Amino acid sequence: MKKFRTPLKQVRGLGSAQDGTHHWWLQRVTAAALVPLSLWFVASIVSMSDADYVSVVTWLRSPLVTVLLLCFIWALFHHAQLGVQVVLEDYVHSEWIKIASIVAMKFASVVLGLASAVAVLKVSLGG
Amino acid sequence: MALSNRPLSPHLQIYRPQLTSVLSITHRATGVALTLGLLLLVYWLLALAAGPESYSSARELLASWIGKVVLFGFSFALFYHLCNGIRHLFWDAGWGFDLSSTYASGWAVVAVSAALTALTWIVALS
Repeated sequence: MKKFRTPLKQVRGLGSAQDGTHHWWLQRVTAAALVPLSLWFVASIVSMSDADYVSVVTWLRSPLVTVLLLCFIWALFHHAQLGVQVVLEDYVHSEWIKIASIVAMKFASVVLGLASAVAVLKVSLGG
Repeated sequence: MALSNRPLSPHLQIYRPQLTSVLSITHRATGVALTLGLLLLVYWLLALAAGPESYSSARELLASWIGKVVLFGFSFALFYHLCNGIRHLFWDAGWGFDLSSTYASGWAVVAVSAALTALTWIVALS
């Protein structure tokens, strides 16, 4: 049967994956957030390279540091799982293994991201 | 459907490596490596939350020579991915797409990420 719709129809609007530019856009938004956040984090870690437990805890308990660390963790894990998803989509050719590995990777990133956030909150708010 | 006219990706076995292609695959490789490096960040935060003893053993591990080598690798991967990511954001905005700008920004990414890595470790070890 002859197709009367041009290929352009399939990519317009939400596109063939029904997801539009959502993934692409969030990857850019989290990247933009990570530029200042990761520079701040590296500078903080370097300035504390010979700090003991008490001074690291004191640093983390500042409300600004707690909030920035939570932002950093959120953006990091969000950006990482978006990126690894594309890598798996590109290199895993078996459909079932691809979907299973993407879902497993997304679950793992939620668990590890929440564990990091809870660790920060425990240090920040704990007695 | 003229699908056969679509561009093909280069055949890697016979395609000469160029700065552009090497930096491109390095961006992806450093991204995957940094994702694995997140495990180290989780470990560090959990050790801190677990108390002074576990924090000092985590610190000992990270400050050992093998810990330093691993952290050095992650610091370069981070700075590379950061600098080349900014290069990607400029491309997304439509800037710097001609061949000479692509090469100039590529060499700038190599130089700046190497300089930031060196600066980080000079400050950290001094």
